[in-house]
Amino acid sequence: MRTLYQFHGGIHPPGNKAQSTQCGITRVPLPSRLVIPFRQHAGEAAKPAVQAGEHVLKGQLIGMPCGFVSSAVHASTSGTIAAIDAQPIAHPSGMPDLCATLIPDGKEEWFPHEAVDYRNSDPADLRQRLRMAGVVGLGGAGFPSDLKLRFLRLHPSQKIDTLILNGAECEPYITCDDMLMRERAAEIVQGAEMLRFILDAGEVLVAIEDNKPQAITAMRQAVTESKLPFEVVVVPTIYPGGSAKQLIRVLTGLEVPSGKLPTDIGVQCFNVATVYSAYRALAQGELLLSRIVTITGNVRHAQNFEVLLGTPVQELVALGEALPDTDRYIMGGPMMGVELASLAVPLVKAGNCIIAASGKLFPPAPPTLPCIRCTRCAQVCPADLQPMDLYWFAQSREFGKAQAFSLFDCIECGACSYVCPSHIPLVQYFQFAKSEIRARAQEKQAADHARERHEFREYRIEREKQEKAEKLAAKEQAIRQSRAAATPANPVPGPAIQPEIQAAIERAKAQAATVEPKNTDNPTPQQLAEIAGIEAQRERVRDLAKSAVEHTNGHDKN
Amino acid sequence: MGAFFSPFISQPDTVSRIMFKVLLALVPGIALYVWYFGPAILVSLTLASLTALGTEALMLKLRNRPIAPFLKDNSALVTGWLLALSIPPLAPWWLIVVGTAFGIAIAKHLYGGLGNNPFSPAMVGFAVLIISFPVQMTQWLSPHGLGAVELGFLEQLKYIFLGVLPPNMSLDAITMATPLDTLKTHLHLDEPIKQIFAMPIYGRLAGQGSEMVSLGFLLGGLYLLATRIISWHVPVAYLATLFVTAGIFHLADPSHYAVPLFHWFSGAALLGAFFIFTDPVTSPTTYKGKLIYAAGAGLITYLIRVFGSFPDGVAFATLLMNICVPLIVLYTQPRVFGKKGKRS
Amino acid sequence: MLSALLVMAGIAIVLGAVLGYSAIKFRVEGNPLVDKIDAILPQTQCGQCGYPGCRPYAAAIASGEADINLCPPGGEEGIHKLADLLGVEFKPFGGNTAIKPKSVAFIDENVCIGCTLCIQACPVDAIVGAAKQMHTIIASECTGCELCVAPCPVDCISMVPIREKITTWKWKYPVYSLAPAK
Repeated sequence: MRTLYQFHGGIHPPGNKAQSTQCGITRVPLPSRLVIPFRQHAGEAAKPAVQAGEHVLKGQLIGMPCGFVSSAVHASTSGTIAAIDAQPIAHPSGMPDLCATLIPDGKEEWFPHEAVDYRNSDPADLRQRLRMAGVVGLGGAGFPSDLKLRFLRLHPSQKIDTLILNGAECEPYITCDDMLMRERAAEIVQGAEMLRFILDAGEVLVAIEDNKPQAITAMRQAVTESKLPFEVVVVPTIYPGGSAKQLIRVLTGLEVPSGKLPTDIGVQCFNVATVYSAYRALAQGELLLSRIVTITGNVRHAQNFEVLLGTPVQELVALGEALPDTDRYIMGGPMMGVELASLAVPLVKAGNCIIAASGKLFPPAPPTLPCIRCTRCAQVCPADLQPMDLYWFAQSREFGKAQAFSLFDCIECGACSYVCPSHIPLVQYFQFAKSEIRARAQEKQAADHARERHEFREYRIEREKQEKAEKLAAKEQAIRQSRAAATPANPVPGPAIQPEIQAAIERAKAQAATVEPKNTDNPTPQQLAEIAGIEAQRERVRDLAKSAVEHTNGHDKN
Repeated sequence: MGAFFSPFISQPDTVSRIMFKVLLALVPGIALYVWYFGPAILVSLTLASLTALGTEALMLKLRNRPIAPFLKDNSALVTGWLLALSIPPLAPWWLIVVGTAFGIAIAKHLYGGLGNNPFSPAMVGFAVLIISFPVQMTQWLSPHGLGAVELGFLEQLKYIFLGVLPPNMSLDAITMATPLDTLKTHLHLDEPIKQIFAMPIYGRLAGQGSEMVSLGFLLGGLYLLATRIISWHVPVAYLATLFVTAGIFHLADPSHYAVPLFHWFSGAALLGAFFIFTDPVTSPTTYKGKLIYAAGAGLITYLIRVFGSFPDGVAFATLLMNICVPLIVLYTQPRVFGKKGKRS
Repeated sequence: MLSALLVMAGIAIVLGAVLGYSAIKFRVEGNPLVDKIDAILPQTQCGQCGYPGCRPYAAAIASGEADINLCPPGGEEGIHKLADLLGVEFKPFGGNTAIKPKSVAFIDENVCIGCTLCIQACPVDAIVGAAKQMHTIIASECTGCELCVAPCPVDCISMVPIREKITTWKWKYPVYSLAPAK
């Protein structure tokens, strides 16, 4: 029996997981339209690699990874790209983002793909394959998996001791990882072996919370059958026990240092669904085109579905048959999910759960009262923070102090908001403060950059002036010397320079004579028309600009 | 509909419910109070409640804040009850009214209302009263069967509201000093402590009757601990410091210094340990900070009781330690996950 | 009496020596206050304050010559920061100072005649081009100072407000009501 450790805090919200585990994973029929965002992962959006109107095959690359932290995006099925434009997506801002709209042709025609024998491959090559397969963290953050498999050794003895498969799934309602482990345990185990190979890791632990007995049994059986030396570890059910840093603490007793990565302490952690998709990408050459999604909440048939990425949420909701009093939909769990601005938003790689919500299911919180410093938030904070102090600094916009009190160690799990008896939206305050601080840092950087450029420009102008003056002085010196050599007896300054000037004028004249008249003389009528057109346009723009200025001036006066 | 952001679920507890449980936890102490000292305390509790709610509503209106949600939070009632339980029940009616109104209006609302007051409103009210009206603040009732005469409830009402005593009756006959006060007075007369404790005013542990009321507060405090409304840090550190300090003095000179348990069950020590020092708004937020705060309060309580000029030290200990709270919190920040050592 | 005088004189000499020594030893080149003020200013180098750039304005504030409320690109927040740094009261902008949204300059390339006047005006070298060649703005380097707008003889430069994108979106200050709606 492995000794488990604890992290500070945590909460035990009602699980509500039984509803969606009554029947197995079902495939969703092909929707009539897919909307595939180019940003389905943390980092830079993928660059569109197809054009509207183009016919694509299933698995064809439509978004090229762009930048270091980025991942590929593929057509989830074969069909025609109807448009590449901004579409509503699941984002707390409610703002649209660049998406490709794909009209399926129903043929499900695959783009050629091939499996790879990972044991005879270079890890760097495998990482590149995962990047091009679009494999990102499916637990929620969507961080590109190939980057998590990069591991820079600072000294040769450094090694990944522990590879953790995160099957904790601590957030209420969500059961997609649970069902995946129950039904596809063997593939997960094989995928874990591949990742272990790439990382050259030591032991492999599969962490599952004790509220998923069937998944535990299935995974144990798969591990036994595979004869791999993996260990399935049952961890206590607590939220947010599935958060990577907290899970690492529970399993190893180690804390990932603030601002560092798990690999710095020799641990790496992958969600089981990510491991499964890595297996598909490497062993079967199948790219990340679909994922398992829990449809639950205020629906008649709560269930897990295998859904093509880009499927509009309304089609999923229709499968679950949302009850009539449903008034809002949430992507993700009830603790960290995002309310959907519209049902037209597509399902993305990180979308593990769709919850239909009603006033009855998630009653509106009682009115918010001032903080009474009861410290319940501090008691449940898994990062050992003092949320009531951070709240105070955030609401009074004392961002420097908030940072000094480790605001950026907050994992936004929402445990503090959950227990707050004053029902203060603490997490929102922290998100607000964090994004303000980030924006300010960027502004500061931009200002410093501008200062540098300005100073360099001043220096350049000064230098040019100096260089000019030096040149002039050198010239004069040369002239004086040559003159002194020519007429040492009678120095008359005037006519002495003249020959030089004369020569220059003559040179210029000669040059002017040799220059061929270009298109300025004898223009063709076509050129004349063009010139007139340009002149007219300039005139129009000038008028426009003038009227705009007048307009704004008038506006100001009003 | 306002913004709807995660988390979408929350536990159902509210400030109102927490404060209600605090009031509930005071009930055993109040019941024993009535049992041993008669129903006069109910009059001051009612007066305090009405004044607290009235002042709260008025101040909210003046500050242009919504009245209903704040009146329902029960925090004003807690302030009123704590003050009513700290002053003599037979004091004239305006005493509790002035104290409560001052606490709520000045100490709470002028600092920004619920959650923003650096000082405990009830204890500020108490301090104002004991400094401004020291005479009225000594009119403590004697427990049943101890006073020379006992007033009926109607006569008590008459005295509280009209200041009229039944004919041929002096105030001294119906009131008496507190056990703490009596001890101090008699020690000044150089009487040995054994002889003082033989007086009928003293019971098994401390004052006759009042020790039982303290026991009631202890029961209520255990309820608050069990329901996790308060953490163990404050009561344990406070009572331990009081015990140890009293113990040291008692061991050094048993004829002059009372036993530690006497200090526990005298005055407002147990009320303070579970209800006053645990006030979340005015006490430190860190566990270590709570320990320091409560220990400091225990020490100050003892010093004022034994060496100061006031009969009890709980109120001033509260206020003095309230001043230190921001500093204590700053220097007792816990270690953050993934960070080494302590944060300055 | 004499010993007291001697002691006092001795203390005075020692302290004087320490002060003198530290004045030489810890001598700061330039005026550190100017650097601190300059760090707060947004470095648009726009000259809207009436000084030829951010640093001259910083120097003018440090010497007490200029007010702290002359920098529109810094916004009210900039004034607050300056007020905090200098320990003076916050002063709102004067009557005719309008705070504009953050913008970048945009050259209409159909109209540009390649005169290089804007290039000479740009304080941060954010315009590329050469004589009789079309010019364009490097948007990422543009500080939005508008100094290039006026010199353009064909008025082909306009200021385009920077719109919020999903990548620059910021969480808003949480708004909630204390009481349920009346």
